[in-house]
Amino acid sequence: MHLTKQEEAMLDGEMGEVAQKSLRLLVRLGEIYGADRMIPVGSVQVAGVSYKSIGDPGLDFLEDFAAKGAKVKVLTYLNPAGMDMENWKEIGFPEEFAKNQIRIMEAFRKMGIVVTATCTPYLAGNLPRFRENIAWSESSAVSFSNSVIGARTNREGGPSALAAALCGVTPNYGLHLDENRKPDMVIEVDANMEFNSDYGALGYHVGKLVKNKIPYFKGLNNPNTDQLKALGAAMAASGAVALYHAEGLTPEARDFDVSGLEKVQVGKEELKATFDKLNTGETPDIVILGCPHASLREISALADKVAGKTLKKPIWICTSRVMKEAADRMGFTGIIEKAGGRVVADTCMVVSPIEDMGFKTTGVNSGKAANYLPGFCNQKVIFHNVDELVKRCL
Amino acid sequence: MKGRMISPGKAQGEAIVSREPIGFYGGIDAKTGIVIEKGHELEGKSVTGKVLVFPCGKGSTVGSYVIYGLQKNGVGPAAIINKETETIVATGVILAGIPCVDGIDIDQIKTGDNIEVDADNSTVNVL
Repeated sequence: MHLTKQEEAMLDGEMGEVAQKSLRLLVRLGEIYGADRMIPVGSVQVAGVSYKSIGDPGLDFLEDFAAKGAKVKVLTYLNPAGMDMENWKEIGFPEEFAKNQIRIMEAFRKMGIVVTATCTPYLAGNLPRFRENIAWSESSAVSFSNSVIGARTNREGGPSALAAALCGVTPNYGLHLDENRKPDMVIEVDANMEFNSDYGALGYHVGKLVKNKIPYFKGLNNPNTDQLKALGAAMAASGAVALYHAEGLTPEARDFDVSGLEKVQVGKEELKATFDKLNTGETPDIVILGCPHASLREISALADKVAGKTLKKPIWICTSRVMKEAADRMGFTGIIEKAGGRVVADTCMVVSPIEDMGFKTTGVNSGKAANYLPGFCNQKVIFHNVDELVKRCL
Repeated sequence: MKGRMISPGKAQGEAIVSREPIGFYGGIDAKTGIVIEKGHELEGKSVTGKVLVFPCGKGSTVGSYVIYGLQKNGVGPAAIINKETETIVATGVILAGIPCVDGIDIDQIKTGDNIEVDADNSTVNVL
């Protein structure tokens, strides 16, 4: 791999041990994947934040790196943490867990990382440009930035993203290259897509179908960014889709001639079969929305639906701290709390210890959450649209 | 034997060989260096100071941090030799600074062999 003089110096240890090890990691990964050189990144999003995911080994590593003076070179955000960093006690997150989670966040903050922990950095102040190279980790954020924004990132692991942040570069391979961004298959959608959950079901179905290939959608009728976020998240969870194109909707779609590609039809039967398959529960102990993290529009819609009502089962909506502050100001948080729900920030159901908090059956409107909750959190799942979920809590 | 350098450095020590993959997270105790995975062929054995030989990594990506922790706690292996190093082990050995070579025919090595690893020159010798 070709390295600049400055990169060579970094590799020789002239900029300290942390930079040396970080660049060595990036160079080795680049060699494994056939990169020709390093490229600068505009921003980073680091995964491996929840204490539930990384445990003591991760905590020890991060504290050690922070103590050695590690400092990021570019705008860097975090993936969701294992709990709401401000209201954890009130919501009922375990004390021992909280102590360790706070130490993890402190280690990141010392490194200069913005401790805004979200799977939607693009809604919280970390917005890349079209064709900007970035190094992001969380699979739905990777999908959204590649597909909807047209930025360029591979799906980074926690340490490789952190290394990219500390060095300001990433190896040039995979989705950073034009030739690897071409669609492999056309998905023709013919279904009435009303709710965000319909996009989650579509994403779950297509992810299983295409695995790690790049799908090109036709027939999507004017989805908003919340729905595209739901679609990409589910595809990245059930498959390993890091990039999709959608005719007339995503910025790179017009660059490709798809006439010779294999075509697959998806209609209402496939969507119904997906809902049936993902529904393993009957009565929810709790409904959790906001996977990926809710936009202000989604929080506002929930507030409208529960205003003046009394929930028999709690509804949580997970979001970034930035959206929560806007929701607080607008009074949406107050309305949701008055009905018996909560706006939970910094965390999400998949990485928080909900199985230790007494919940056995969780209602979700997210294809991604429906995919992960049975395995990661030992939950039975009710996968439905938000209207039906609210109805079941009244 | 000639392989590929994954992480630089030189080491010499007694081989401990696993014919099955190793998952470090939940597989090896970072405080003691002892293999704790139930039913693993190395269960109960220590990797500390040894040349750890196995085909490839498996399991959680947190395994990278366990490799780092082993080294920091002074109970890490002296070197690692793989058939093919995947990203979990590659990340771990590079961050930890443990010499590591892959692309080696590990069937030629058995537990107890005295092994010299020169990762800087991508070589492994059974002495």
